[in-house]
Amino acid sequence: MEQLNQAIIDLLSGNEIFTANTLDIYWEGLVNTVHLVFVSLLIGILLAVPLAILRGSRFAIIKWPIWCYTYVFRATPLLIQLYLAYYGFAFVPGVRDTWIWFFVEEPIYPALFAFTLNTAAYTTEIFHGAIKSTPRGEVEAARAYGMSRALTIRRIVLPSAFRRALPAYGNEVIFMLHASAIASVVTIMDLTGAAYYVYARFYAPFTAFIFVALLYMVLSFGIQAIFRGLERWLLAHLRPAG
Amino acid sequence: MDLAWLDFQGYGPRLIEGGWLTLRVAVLSMVIALLLGMFTASAKLSSSALLKGVATFYTTVIRGVPDLVLMMLLFYGGQIGVNMLTDYLYDATGGRIDWFIDIDAFTAGVITIGFIFGAYMAETFRGAFMAVDAGQMEAARAYGMSPLKAFQRVRFPLMMRHALPGLGNNWMVLLKTTALVSIIGLTDMVRVADEATKATHQPFLFLLPVALGYLAIASLSELLFQWLTRRYSVGFTEAND
Repeated sequence: MEQLNQAIIDLLSGNEIFTANTLDIYWEGLVNTVHLVFVSLLIGILLAVPLAILRGSRFAIIKWPIWCYTYVFRATPLLIQLYLAYYGFAFVPGVRDTWIWFFVEEPIYPALFAFTLNTAAYTTEIFHGAIKSTPRGEVEAARAYGMSRALTIRRIVLPSAFRRALPAYGNEVIFMLHASAIASVVTIMDLTGAAYYVYARFYAPFTAFIFVALLYMVLSFGIQAIFRGLERWLLAHLRPAG
Repeated sequence: MDLAWLDFQGYGPRLIEGGWLTLRVAVLSMVIALLLGMFTASAKLSSSALLKGVATFYTTVIRGVPDLVLMMLLFYGGQIGVNMLTDYLYDATGGRIDWFIDIDAFTAGVITIGFIFGAYMAETFRGAFMAVDAGQMEAARAYGMSPLKAFQRVRFPLMMRHALPGLGNNWMVLLKTTALVSIIGLTDMVRVADEATKATHQPFLFLLPVALGYLAIASLSELLFQWLTRRYSVGFTEAND
């Protein structure tokens, strides 16, 4: 460890931009980006599963509000949703005196709010599509075995729908990582915010932005690799023989 | 009925100007994306290893990096890069080439968005190119059509039917991506709404109409794509008809 530290210090000495100080800022940015993306994806998926099931309901009063929600959130830019969450609470008269202010004061909470609702909308549609394409025979077989509706959903529909949704959901995760770059607009020090800081401090756009682009690429390819592994594991029964 | 709010506290005209700018950015970058996508798809399907390599590198990099980072790189770095290039040309030619190329926010925004979506269009076009029956192109060549004419009269009309669903999707995503140009300083409708919100402390009055503006453009373009799909499907019947 000592040697490694020394090696890094030696490598950095003589480099004007990548000092320990700026690397620290990039590190903070990486932590914030991963934190934002991970938490919003996690809550988003928890919201999306029940919404996707209800989205396929026979009752218009359940089906249409969910359709409206996913349509509006998918058809408008995330940036507008972020501004609405960021300014929307802050400028309500009297909000400063309530407990809500605690959450509004820190820009990370409005950002999490907007990102979570956005990814939940996309994920709902992805899962809904996967649930809809469940082979009819599987559901009929479950009913013939005497399974209740809830048990059929839990044991038959969801496990196979999740598998079918996996490739599309992998794309959504990468999309969310890239979309999270706009968090820097509401003063969150994420990866892009860190790059902008380094650019503005040293007036070195190429170094600052290409370095951060490489970091994002590593993250994207890492996510891709994870999902490819998951697909190989969970979709083994769909692989062509031989 | 009191319609004074329609003035948007004096921001009404600027919101409309911003909407017009959003549309211009979207359409211009779509044109760039279509051309780049077409070239890249052709390069990916060509037999040259170099062309294939460049095209694959381009689409891989674009899909790994956020739009905003690319836009900032081009906007903040583009001017420096272009200046270095023109300085080099000036020195190399002994002052005979004396250019100054200005990269403003509009150019940077349009080029970046076009460049990003060119990579996505390339995938759409590649699939569509491959979906055209090889016999069709062979027949075109047998009739003595030049490669360009065969592309224009045979391959393009036939592949559009396969490409349109992907093009429609990409256009919708592109439209939303134009909101990012507000971050590098272009006064599109998001920027106007942001400034108005900061000045008046009424976020919903400005941001919700802008969101509706995006919904309106999206719905209108959906109609256009439905018409195009009908037009390019002439002569084909759906399997489930």
